[in-house]
Amino acid sequence: MSSEPTTSAQEVLAAALLALECPVPFAGADEVLMGHGSGGKLTARLIEETIVPALHNPLLARLDDQAFVPVGSGHVAFTTDSFVVTPIEFPGGDIGELAVNGTVNDLAMGGATPLYLSLAFILEEGLPLAVLRRILASVRRAADRANVVVVTGDTKVVGRGSADKIFVNTAGIGAPRPGVRLSSDRVRPGDAILLSGSIGDHGMAILALREGLELEGSLASDTAPLHGLVAAMLDAFPDIHAMRDPTRGGLAATLVEIASRRGLGIEVDESSVPVREAVRGACEIFGLDPLLVANEGKLVAFVPAEGRDAVLASMRAHPFGRDAVCIGHVTSSHPGLTLLRTPIGGQRALDLPFAEALPRIC
Amino acid sequence: MRYLDEYRAGDVCKRIADAIARTTTRTWVLMEVCGGQTHSIVRYGIDRMLPSSVELVHGPGCPVCVTSLEMIDRAHAIATMPDVVFTSFGDMLRVPGSRGDLLTLRSRGADVRIVYSPLDALEIARKNPDKRVVFFGIGFETTAPANAMAVHLAKREGVSNFSMLVSHVLVPPAMAAILQTKGNRVQAFLGPGHVCAVMGLGDYEVLSQRYRVPIVVTGFEPVDLLEGVLCCVRQLEQGRAEVENQYSRTVAHGGNRAARELTAKVFDVVDRKWRGVGTIPRSGYRLAPEYSAHDAERLFDVDTIVTEESAACISGLVLRGLKKPRDCPAFGKACTPQTPLGATMVSGEGACAAYYQYGRHPGATLDKPVAMGEDDVL
Amino acid sequence: MCLGIPGEVMEISEEDGVLTGKVRFGGVSREVCLACVPDVVVGDYVLVHVGFALTKIDAEEAARTYEILLELAGAEEGLS
Repeated sequence: MSSEPTTSAQEVLAAALLALECPVPFAGADEVLMGHGSGGKLTARLIEETIVPALHNPLLARLDDQAFVPVGSGHVAFTTDSFVVTPIEFPGGDIGELAVNGTVNDLAMGGATPLYLSLAFILEEGLPLAVLRRILASVRRAADRANVVVVTGDTKVVGRGSADKIFVNTAGIGAPRPGVRLSSDRVRPGDAILLSGSIGDHGMAILALREGLELEGSLASDTAPLHGLVAAMLDAFPDIHAMRDPTRGGLAATLVEIASRRGLGIEVDESSVPVREAVRGACEIFGLDPLLVANEGKLVAFVPAEGRDAVLASMRAHPFGRDAVCIGHVTSSHPGLTLLRTPIGGQRALDLPFAEALPRIC
Repeated sequence: MRYLDEYRAGDVCKRIADAIARTTTRTWVLMEVCGGQTHSIVRYGIDRMLPSSVELVHGPGCPVCVTSLEMIDRAHAIATMPDVVFTSFGDMLRVPGSRGDLLTLRSRGADVRIVYSPLDALEIARKNPDKRVVFFGIGFETTAPANAMAVHLAKREGVSNFSMLVSHVLVPPAMAAILQTKGNRVQAFLGPGHVCAVMGLGDYEVLSQRYRVPIVVTGFEPVDLLEGVLCCVRQLEQGRAEVENQYSRTVAHGGNRAARELTAKVFDVVDRKWRGVGTIPRSGYRLAPEYSAHDAERLFDVDTIVTEESAACISGLVLRGLKKPRDCPAFGKACTPQTPLGATMVSGEGACAAYYQYGRHPGATLDKPVAMGEDDVL
Repeated sequence: MCLGIPGEVMEISEEDGVLTGKVRFGGVSREVCLACVPDVVVGDYVLVHVGFALTKIDAEEAARTYEILLELAGAEEGLS
């Protein structure tokens, strides 16, 4: 097999950037499609072509999971997230718990300590109050566990059929951690890529429930608040460059997005990525790639090589990082391209799917 | 997972790849027929493990790529009719018809649902007697028994609101068409493992003898595919042309008789039009007359379909291995996975989509791996 | 046209005269129609495509051919 490079760095970068900014309009792109919410290329395009230009300001332009905004004499971390999952209750959690953990994690990915949440509901007429009470109890439990307080909120009701039982939005503010700056623009060649645990748990738990797969008690959402884990990691090594929680679009979306946006190469050893047996079985049945499936309790960290071992040890010592592993590294080779070494020693390029990955039979 | 893990063993794969390299003395062109095989090849990076003397051409083995435009337009027309629940495998949702795809129809209010099994679609029909539930019955012979069972049960139970839009295609006539094409470069085939699990090897022995080509019936895991390539290459080097069964743990010489009988009861063999290729005689299935009460093609009065195939699309030539995706002027420009002009770009297994994922980086090809970085901290 | 995966038959039953079963794939299981593998027993592995068992996997044939494969690939060192 040949081993000399086959392309110049500039050409590859140009091609990668071109792929992000395709000028040809998608047939039917004058409507919102489900794919726009998938975390794939359509989502990226909606954000970059429609949303950002309309709102455009330097703080937004960073497009990190959270914004650090000046308030008074200091800064505050600020974020929001909405939750529309179906079914609203599933093994491992429910939409209420997701709503708390999701926003807590967006703050945590910036190294901030989450403090206060807002909680807004859009309720569908006909939703049993017993269900609402269960969701609220979940919110309370998750907030207590995450050490945050819900301080304000809103409730709206829409007619039957105008919402799928319950939609939730949470916004959160947190205190930045002094001396810490976590941002994708700090990612450098040589950084180790650390993953906190198994992937695909949340997305497959949801899909399995919808598709009537028996769960045998082993497929469950991994929803969890990660700020404690993040704090432990920063205690071990404050100069971590970036962190992300790979939610919709999966681990692949996170890696591809960082590689292409930063014009860096990423290399991952696919065999090192932990996948639970039940998740694997479910993915095999539907022909889905676990790398593309959503997670709700995992993080990816980009750590300078000299900090790798310390951070990994701190993760493994924490309940939400027991299965933490180094899955790859950032490189200056093949800029913009995320490459996987496949389990048989082959190679494939990782790319965002256009929209959500669909079950296939072919 | 048993019968999967051992067929993904890296060390075994490497040994087989080395054996392939040792065996080849000149270039050979092989075609894997099944889309699932193509998927595995791309997913594991198998083609990049082969010596450059072995060229793999991706065949037309994917319903997404070969379902005729008329049939897709017909499906879309039915999906938008009142009280219709249109059910389909996920594969078909983004295939472009003349005007949009099933997903865009759903965004405009059509009730389009993905199902994993045709039996799930039948269940939807049982639970929604006020709806007309239509299932898009695409696929090769592999899927025919399951589709046949769904229709058979619908008739037996009197689920009158369930119907199937049948667009099955058959592999042996397609292989014959490829072999008969002027300029055909394919010298050996990795045969369709799961099709043969149902249909057996007989048709392929006929093909192999008539056209003097090796056909190695192959599975879908990396070890299977590499072993299939090795067996093909050995035959070619030795001047043999036989059918071999690499996938014998799953494929019996006679296939599955019960499955074939069920299929033969419910379906008749007919001529079928393959997208990008044209009509191939006796290459498809249609519901037998006794099942016409569940035949969506007869039940739904669709206005004369006027199809608009993109003039720029050369997917037919790509499907037959006559052109590479990069030979197409629209490749990577007007035609991308986001804006597909033809089916081979829509499908994850389509040759054009597979090339796009890797090949759009100038200089990078599907044959050679991209050099990995030196700063390896693993 | 081909996504079929092997699973272990855990339970077999009949519903309205149609043989069905619970088949396990790694850590999940699903109901599968077994009508075309009528002689299947619990513990057998079947090849499942779209919720339908197409064939039984022949365990002996699998073992035999894997051995041959290792020889074919020149694995004289002996893989255990």
